[in-house]
Amino acid sequence: MAFDNLFSEIVFWALAVVTIGSAALVVHLRSIFRAALMLVVSFLGIAGIFAMVNAEFLAVVQVLVYGGGIAVLVIFAVMMTRDVDTGNRSTAVQPVALMMGIALLGALAYSIVQAEWALLPDSLPGPIATVFVETPTQLGRLLLSDYVLAFEVAGVLLLAAVIGALSLVRERHDA
Amino acid sequence: MLERLLIISAILFCIGLYGVLSRRHIIAVIMSVEIMFNAVNVALVAFSRYTVPASLRFPGAGTDVERFVLEGQTLAVFVIVVAAAEVALGLALIIALARRRDTIHISDLSTLRR
Repeated sequence: MAFDNLFSEIVFWALAVVTIGSAALVVHLRSIFRAALMLVVSFLGIAGIFAMVNAEFLAVVQVLVYGGGIAVLVIFAVMMTRDVDTGNRSTAVQPVALMMGIALLGALAYSIVQAEWALLPDSLPGPIATVFVETPTQLGRLLLSDYVLAFEVAGVLLLAAVIGALSLVRERHDA
Repeated sequence: MLERLLIISAILFCIGLYGVLSRRHIIAVIMSVEIMFNAVNVALVAFSRYTVPASLRFPGAGTDVERFVLEGQTLAVFVIVVAAAEVALGLALIIALARRRDTIHISDLSTLRR
């Protein structure tokens, strides 16, 4: 299991610092294109965190969907719009937004530290340990048995999103 | 360990919230929303790995362990699907909007009409 030695501690904190730092740069940089590149770095850092907490399948999906698909979409959209270099200025409510963010963070951190979590024991009991050895298998089994309805609905949702996006960006020559 | 991951998740969520409220460029707003989605996924995966599933905590819940310990990761899969659909539609809207209007700064886009 992860986190049993100094090396994985170092890797974890490095991933955490890179993820949070690049996320902060996304909302701070003036150039929208550089912000998009920082967003990709943040996504990849989160994929690393997933891999360290027994979510291997989600780590791969994160790299494919976020680091690949969504990153390409965002960069395309950036290149098709204007004001790329200086457009990422703040709105008038920026100080209020900063205060709200810090207040929410404080409230969340307080409740996270204060709460009494029903934690799993450090040495996992047998059946749970076997689940975390082969998460992709178990996840696939769950998606096609207990959650099969949600799985199908997600497919319909993606189809609707693709059709909607296509009809939105279609050039209308008659209009 | 759980607390660390939840704090990271909370920090990411608040960065995303700040970005959504304070940026003027509409694509920056979408990117901040994506950061918030990812923060939620980190929390879901952390709960899935480090806490006892609620379904197992109550008497009479059954002993089918495998079905419950990955609930968080399953939910994270669906969050990723919905986020992908959302960003595809959102960016299509932005491109359609950028064709019709001179600006994509949200302060100038309080109506969708031309």
